[in-house]
Amino acid sequence: MDLVIDIVLLTFLGIIALAINRIDKLFCVIMLSGLYSLLCASLFVTMDAVDVAFTEAAVGTGIATVLLLSTIGATDTHQRSAPHRPLLALLVVCTTGAILIYGTMDMPAFGDPEAPVHQHVAPRYLEESQQEVGPPNIVTSILGSYRGIDTLGEVVVIFTAGLSVVGLIGFRGMQKYGDRQRAAGITKDDMDEHLVLRVVIKIFIPLILLFALYVQFHGDYGPGGGFQAGVIFASGFIFYTLMFGLDKGMRVIAPRVLGYIGSLGVLLYGGVGITTMLLGGNFLDYDVLMHDPLHGQHLGIFLIELGIGITVFSIMLLIFFAFSSRKGLRQ
Amino acid sequence: MESILNFISALCIGLGVFLGITGAVGIVRLPNFFTRLHAASVTDSGCAFLILSGLMLQSGFSIPTLKLLFILVFLLITSPTASHALAKTALDCGAEPTPHPYEER
Amino acid sequence: MISITSIYAGACLALLAIMGVTITRAILGPSAFDRVMAVNMFGTKTVLLLSLLGFLSGRPDFLDISLVYALVNFLSTIAILRFFEGRTPAATDNDTADAPSTTEE
Repeated sequence: MDLVIDIVLLTFLGIIALAINRIDKLFCVIMLSGLYSLLCASLFVTMDAVDVAFTEAAVGTGIATVLLLSTIGATDTHQRSAPHRPLLALLVVCTTGAILIYGTMDMPAFGDPEAPVHQHVAPRYLEESQQEVGPPNIVTSILGSYRGIDTLGEVVVIFTAGLSVVGLIGFRGMQKYGDRQRAAGITKDDMDEHLVLRVVIKIFIPLILLFALYVQFHGDYGPGGGFQAGVIFASGFIFYTLMFGLDKGMRVIAPRVLGYIGSLGVLLYGGVGITTMLLGGNFLDYDVLMHDPLHGQHLGIFLIELGIGITVFSIMLLIFFAFSSRKGLRQ
Repeated sequence: MESILNFISALCIGLGVFLGITGAVGIVRLPNFFTRLHAASVTDSGCAFLILSGLMLQSGFSIPTLKLLFILVFLLITSPTASHALAKTALDCGAEPTPHPYEER
Repeated sequence: MISITSIYAGACLALLAIMGVTITRAILGPSAFDRVMAVNMFGTKTVLLLSLLGFLSGRPDFLDISLVYALVNFLSTIAILRFFEGRTPAATDNDTADAPSTTEE
């Protein structure tokens, strides 16, 4: 049964990938790529990787589609056809692909318990996680505690993405959006005549934010955690902005404030690490945070997940504001 | 008791699947965008409601039932809203809901 | 009596078939609105598929994910509609976001 589902989903994936390749209307390509993300997330679920599926759904289908749509609002909506046929590139790619496939023949079978990746650290994590770290969700304990430095790197990468976008577009550039709209004489920027939509979204935004908080704090026990919660929290604000216009959205929470909040999240994460060093342990060694190692781990993971959530929320929203404020610049 | 519950669940899920297949046939065969939108919304409301109710009957009084209820309420409120918004936007952008597209006007 | 797990399995297969039909509509759809409708419907079917899979494998954790999918599906549909907002009815005729024409198929 699982095999049938996997085969069917992978076939769909292949069909959509081919369609994305062949269609040159970028708008349709974006929608199909949203479908692609949904399919990938379903595949992750069939492989029991629930946290990853969560993140893929929230980021790939929600945020990425929205950001790509803001982008083609500022660029062309048709892909320009290539001036030449890239046969040499095709040859190189096929050869490389064939060599890679040949290389995978030597790898152990999928899910083989004797595989080397399951021999060294993985059994220790699986067996010791409850006693050493505490949360029932082992993904959270690996992400937050055993591999905390990697996660710090990921948060810094997200923060850097936000920095780059602000460096390219700038807070002043984002604020000029309102001036440009007024100069062009566009007074209506929102979906105000969609009365049904307006009422429904107004009802749902607080529930979405509440759900994001649930995902944030429930990450210890079920799928969830800082990344997913930050994205869902940003989605709530994106809903508001889509409905009522970018001007009002940027007035609710200014891009500059978002910059400060993003830095705060990374500072919180790094600050936890420095605190543990000052208290005598290693960097990000949560055992020393409280009187008892298990409580220390709990507090440590709570704080860093909070930092992750704060940073992801603010940077996602900042990037959305930045991209949307470029609308109307094409001409 | 349990076999009755299983039977009702199976009935709900079976009916839901039937409605879903009807909707799927609809979006392939119907001639106009608005008619296809109607077929799609049949699946969004009827199929989703029946399948989720069947699952709720299976899981008794527990947290998964509550979550299924949330999913159901969310789908029942947002799917028709999305269809409405889509139809309104299509109408504003110039699509015509011709009742008989093969007739000459 | 057929067991409830085989009912779940049958419903999963039927949902996969419906999703396949939806993909054909997403790829074929002569207008952009057809594609938006197909993507929206696909998202709802994914929610149902995941809930069924969760019950099939006995892990009700998947329901959190189903809720998130319902949410992001709605979000992406609204975002796409927002994209259409700026276009006047006249602009969609020769513009690249093709409006549904009055003569279909």
